[in-house]
Amino acid sequence: MDRLLSIIAAFSLLLILVVLFNIRRSHIRVEYSVSWLGAAVTLLIVTQSPWVLNLLAQFIGLNSLPISLLLIVGALFLVVFFRFSVVMSDLKDANIALTQKVAILEYQLNALHEKPQAPGRK
Amino acid sequence: MILIPAFNEEGAVGTVIKEIHALHPNLPILVVDDCSADGTRTVALEAGADVITVPYHLGLGGCVQAGYRLAFDLGFQYVIRLDGDGQHDPAYISLIRDSLFRSGAQMVIGSRYINGKGKHTSFARGVGIVFFRWFLAIILRKQVHDPTSGYVGVNRQALEVFARSFPLEYPEIEALVVLQRLTFRFEEVPVKMRARMFGTSTITAVRSFYYVLHVLLGVVVNILKYQGSKRRP
Repeated sequence: MDRLLSIIAAFSLLLILVVLFNIRRSHIRVEYSVSWLGAAVTLLIVTQSPWVLNLLAQFIGLNSLPISLLLIVGALFLVVFFRFSVVMSDLKDANIALTQKVAILEYQLNALHEKPQAPGRK
Repeated sequence: MILIPAFNEEGAVGTVIKEIHALHPNLPILVVDDCSADGTRTVALEAGADVITVPYHLGLGGCVQAGYRLAFDLGFQYVIRLDGDGQHDPAYISLIRDSLFRSGAQMVIGSRYINGKGKHTSFARGVGIVFFRWFLAIILRKQVHDPTSGYVGVNRQALEVFARSFPLEYPEIEALVVLQRLTFRFEEVPVKMRARMFGTSTITAVRSFYYVLHVLLGVVVNILKYQGSKRRP
């Protein structure tokens, strides 16, 4: 159990460092790093505070601390992935709207150059 | 206005535009070129259509929505959408337009399954059509003979809705559910589909399974989608 806690704590620290490094290099925007940092810090707290892990294990209803820990890790990352699915969906919608707008503006610009006016209403 | 979404349709789109012009010389035709790699844009322009080209491949729904947006911005009262591959015979444009005005329905679908007219479709798509006919009859509480038909006319009310939001992939069936949620009406008119002049269908046997799952999920999501505090009267 101690080894598992140490591995997950080391992984959390590594994740925090990688995220901070990427923020510093402008590879990741601060608002999108919050989820990762939040997940990593939560894991670090859980691994460094056995009473928190015990409390969570009791709450989940599991006797096995390692399984409880892995469940918490899985749940945390599911939340992070879900948040990014929402972000990606918003970005895709914005991207499509922008693409359509660009195409329509380009068409209207060409119509202005080539014809006295855009096609008549029907 | 006539709307033709086109992706790599250089072999057919010119003929389709000329056919429409021959029947309806004054009807504006807008081709939305979905970033084709071939000469679709050039062929369409040479045939006398207006063309907008999206900067990257959006897929059918995004492409159709771009056309709806422009048509709505330009103030068109109705838009009839047909495919650029020649499957949709322009001879039925008048029928769809007249039905839009006469029936007062927000959408009119050209159906290949009313009166047993032409049925140019693949086996996989045929199975999908039968399944969704049954499924939509439950959801919409109305029979739809040809739910995957892309030969569709919409009036300005539907145009306003679709200009704001339109399903991205395989949009036809989801669009029906969107209309039903807004208590809009749709009608079907019999049309005869032809064999495509050029290219192959995007709905192959392999993709049909994905198609069914995707559309089913889309329909369920549309049913669950929050529409604001009130449904449209």
